[in-house]
Amino acid sequence: MKPRAALVNGLLWVFAALAIFPLVWMVCVSLMPAGSASSLPPPLLPADPTLVHYQKLLGDGGLKRAFVNSLGLAVVSTLVSVSFNTLAGYAFAKLRFRHRERVFGLLVAALVIPGQVAMLPLFLMLKGMGLVNTWMGVLIPSMAGIFGIFLVRQYARGVPDELLEAARLDGAGEWRIFWNIVLPTLKPVLVTLAVFAFLGSWNDFMWPLIVLTDGEMHTLPVALAALSREHVQDSELMMAGAVITVLPVLVLFVALQRYYMQGLLMGSVK
Amino acid sequence: MRTSGREALAGWAFAAPALIVIALFFGVPVFAGLALSLTDFDIYALADLRNLRWQGWDNYVQVLTMPLFWQALGNTAYFVVLGVPLSIGVSLAAAVLLQSRLVRFKPLLRTALFAPVVTTLVAVAVIWRYLFHVKYGLVNYTLQGLGIDPIDWLGDPHWSMPTIILFAAWKNFGGNMIIFIAALQAVPNDLYEAARLDGARSWAQFRHITLASIAPTLLMVTILTTAGYFQLFAEPYVMTQGGPLQSTVSVLYLMYDEGFKWWNLGLASAVAFVLFLIIVAVSKGLIALQRRISGAEA
Repeated sequence: MKPRAALVNGLLWVFAALAIFPLVWMVCVSLMPAGSASSLPPPLLPADPTLVHYQKLLGDGGLKRAFVNSLGLAVVSTLVSVSFNTLAGYAFAKLRFRHRERVFGLLVAALVIPGQVAMLPLFLMLKGMGLVNTWMGVLIPSMAGIFGIFLVRQYARGVPDELLEAARLDGAGEWRIFWNIVLPTLKPVLVTLAVFAFLGSWNDFMWPLIVLTDGEMHTLPVALAALSREHVQDSELMMAGAVITVLPVLVLFVALQRYYMQGLLMGSVK
Repeated sequence: MRTSGREALAGWAFAAPALIVIALFFGVPVFAGLALSLTDFDIYALADLRNLRWQGWDNYVQVLTMPLFWQALGNTAYFVVLGVPLSIGVSLAAAVLLQSRLVRFKPLLRTALFAPVVTTLVAVAVIWRYLFHVKYGLVNYTLQGLGIDPIDWLGDPHWSMPTIILFAAWKNFGGNMIIFIAALQAVPNDLYEAARLDGARSWAQFRHITLASIAPTLLMVTILTTAGYFQLFAEPYVMTQGGPLQSTVSVLYLMYDEGFKWWNLGLASAVAFVLFLIIVAVSKGLIALQRRISGAEA
């Protein structure tokens, strides 16, 4: 059995190294002085590391603005979407109202429609409402999501009905029941939802690209894409930009990966 | 179902914010998009709505007779046909390996394998562009060591799409890997025990037990990945801008260009709906195929 264990472990380490290598290499190149990555043989480690690209990018006119924009948008969209999705998910799981199942069935059916189908008309609608090139305009499509509602509903179905009925008999209002009894039990799924929402907003590209035409309002991915078209030759600078963009979500993921993976699994057991 | 008035009211009130957002900013646009695709909405209509004309199926006819649409569809199909099996194959291989009892440092390896999934696409696309640089890229340098001539990965129309496929597989395989791991954990151990007693080899075990047990998961993952891969956009936008020689223009890239660059919103909407229909048809086809295969084996 020994050689077999070595083979399995060895293969996995090769896989993992291939997965991680571009990210490690990105950090190494971002620390090299300008121009030194474009030499032969391509250097792997910075000979004399420098933070000059980070200083440049995080100074005025660099990516600082975009970083703040991305962070603000991600925080707000996470707060709003977690609130909306949690309320709706709980309602679909536990509160009995007419047409509940029919409405939910419609939502699930709508999951097959790709978002791009709605993109052009939504742009025109927002233009009519004067919301193009505004924060509201970028936030709108991410304020609620069918997938999020679905996740919360799955989870909230585990809350025992007796608990809710007992509270009702004690005269508690529906809001109080939700806030005091249901919400604490939903904590794990709330974290999952928040991680998904934050990553989704941070990494989103196409919609901010369309809605935010003003350079001052660009998010990190849009600003980075623009930067990479201007600075094709400055690989070290671009790598620093990539690090600034990727590092926050990587850290968030490593800290909360348990919740993220759980969400992925809950979503796949339809 | 016994419904109390207060509870029902709360139900609607709790669901309302999300439902309103979804109905207003997703439901309405989908139907509006269908209407839009039947008009000649363009930059003149954008300036003054009186320039808008109803023109029935003309946009669809125009899309289907447009050489660039067929090129984009061909490129997208290429991406899907090669990219989906590659991504899923790597996901499954990684999941099976990671599932083995012989593996040490499992959580660490799992995190490393999954990391690319959470990264920002635009940023990692930038990294890949430099890794695959024709002159200073590490990939060509490594290949040179093996005696292979430098390849202009993103500049040669024959290699541009394969490079994007490799990139997509690297970026995405971790997500499906996690789903496969869960499915593999659910396979009862007795099945393997029984197979071992019957003297089944590893490969036979994998085919007849592992694959057979996770077939429903495999189908679901295939459908979701296929639907996702048909929506290729950001990769070519950042890495190649659709080039060289339009070899990486995808259907969605075409929609973006027509819609937001040339402001042919009517035509672009028609492109979006054609893509939607293709995705639905392919998903249905995959389900039918699966029925056939499992029916033939049973």
